[in-house]
Amino acid sequence: MKIFNFHLMPYRHADLDAIDKNGSAWVTYSNRHYDPRQGAELYHEYLDQMEFADTLGFDGVCLNEHHQTAYGMMPIPGVLAGALARSVKRAKLAILGRALPLLNNPLMVAEEYAMLDNLTRGRFIAGFVRGIGAEYHAMGINPVISQERYAEAHDLIVRAWTETGPFAYEGKHYHFNYVNPWPRPYQTPHPPIWIPSQGSSSTIKWAAQKRYTYAQTLSPIAVVARFFQMYRDEAEKAGYEASPDQLAWSNTIYVAETDEKAMREAKPHLEALVNQFLKMPVEMLLPPGYTNIESMKRVRAAKVTGKITSIEELNKTGVVIVGSSNTVREKLAEYQDLAGFNTSLTKTQFGTLPNDMTRANMAAIAEEILPHFRNRLPQGKQQQAAAE
Amino acid sequence: MADHTTTTVSVRGCNIKLMRGGSGPPLLFLHGSSGAGAWLPFMQSLATRFDMIVPEHPGFGPSDTPDWLDTIHDLAYFYLDVLEQLDLDHVHLVGVSLGGWMAAELAVRDTHRLASLTLVDAAGIHVPGSKRIDPFLCNDEQRIRDFFYDPARADEMIARVLRPELEDVTMKNRIATARLAWQPRAYDPHLRKWLHRINVPTLIIWGANDRLFPMEYAYVYQQLIPGSKAVVIPECGHVPQIEKPDVFVSELIDFIDGMRIAA
Repeated sequence: MKIFNFHLMPYRHADLDAIDKNGSAWVTYSNRHYDPRQGAELYHEYLDQMEFADTLGFDGVCLNEHHQTAYGMMPIPGVLAGALARSVKRAKLAILGRALPLLNNPLMVAEEYAMLDNLTRGRFIAGFVRGIGAEYHAMGINPVISQERYAEAHDLIVRAWTETGPFAYEGKHYHFNYVNPWPRPYQTPHPPIWIPSQGSSSTIKWAAQKRYTYAQTLSPIAVVARFFQMYRDEAEKAGYEASPDQLAWSNTIYVAETDEKAMREAKPHLEALVNQFLKMPVEMLLPPGYTNIESMKRVRAAKVTGKITSIEELNKTGVVIVGSSNTVREKLAEYQDLAGFNTSLTKTQFGTLPNDMTRANMAAIAEEILPHFRNRLPQGKQQQAAAE
Repeated sequence: MADHTTTTVSVRGCNIKLMRGGSGPPLLFLHGSSGAGAWLPFMQSLATRFDMIVPEHPGFGPSDTPDWLDTIHDLAYFYLDVLEQLDLDHVHLVGVSLGGWMAAELAVRDTHRLASLTLVDAAGIHVPGSKRIDPFLCNDEQRIRDFFYDPARADEMIARVLRPELEDVTMKNRIATARLAWQPRAYDPHLRKWLHRINVPTLIIWGANDRLFPMEYAYVYQQLIPGSKAVVIPECGHVPQIEKPDVFVSELIDFIDGMRIAA
């Protein structure tokens, strides 16, 4: 298994009571709560952690994109990827991903990603997402045309990477007389494309057909296993057998000497992530047209956005793995076999977790978890387990 | 008392629901973001004087969502096609909210089949500095509450429309509204450049307590449309035709009657 260090770069000094009072850390949570002195320190702290991950032997480091929120300070992840492209010497560098429909000019992502692929001499992984619903409020992009803009932007970027320019592109949303980006990507035909999603069946099907790596975000492991089985089924329908390398699980891991100590230490920081940083009303998460009526009704009925979640519940359902190194090894192996993935996108910093605890966690994972998984593949049973 | 019929009409391959009742000069009513689900009391009142024609827009209710539907302009042209297909002349065009924007967009393009235009708490323009609530960032109940001045009327409406069996159609209407009005938020920055082209008698009716498009919108529309007249209804929110149906109907009839006398 490959284990990546996935950072959300939260503004961890956020006033949690103020977030509760506002109802969300997104869009309407005033940026007067952002202190540039503290924010600047956080950027350096987090970039140092990513460089630390590289020296510790993590297989990759991951960034992502969110707008107008204390949840993550990476509206333009390419800036941070640029900072890391030379200092992260060995690990892969992934942006998971840029939110294509928010862009009025997706050619700029073709350019940005090609530059990063050149700078890292081919260690770059290109993630494409639609962005969550809140982004459509924050960036003034119509959610109703999100899916068609995503499809069109994706096609344009891949063509820009693979066809000799210049050529003309005439879509519904994007029009160019000259598509001829310099530089071209370092990797042939282009950097690996990874697709993070919450588990939309149409996205899973599309990713499987395209043979893109599918990354499942924040979900209980049983749900992850079901979605990964869906991917394998779609791959089979498309006439090939999916490799575990095409499946990545996004999780959180915290290791301490004992299970009890790990839970106690992680609790306030992890609960701040799910109950404050992630919190938003359903109308912010799901603006009209962002998804079809059926999925919208499903999410509304599940009332996922209002629930207060405890670390005990997150750990029990396998959204996260918190415990002693022994427990973490056991669970990670169990989950790998259950769901059949070969990449773990692991948040080692989460919510309000301070720097010293994060670095201790990273060092513990590097020492006590990574070596046991380096050559470990999912073992056999995942197909039947996921079908149950 | 005039009754009404509900039929499906196909306009250049797009099927829409059409309610029609009463007799007299034609009055084409363009609904707002909530669709045109029911034949409402104000429609019945107007049907005593007019051939009351109430289509449900493409994208809303049971009407088709055609591939060509992208912007409000598509619906302005669509209703010009509707006027032609139904062969309506001397039409009194009345649009509320989103439908008011549509009516204004139609009228700047072509008024030759229109006798008059009435805009009711209409979207379509932007008034800098005017404070508007964001109907896309509140829940269904709050959104309906924001339509009304009188909370009791809001309660009635909430009980009437927020029912599980209406959930699908409510979501469909929300999607259609977002398609047309998400960005820019319920206006076209170019519309105000061409409102001077409207050359039929125009009435602007506004709820004094509209929180979606505050009263100053009425006066800006009134300044931009030559010869238009603005009427503000006190103690009334965004939907005068529902909150103050009697005042709404009498203002509209007075205007149309007065127009005849003047002509």
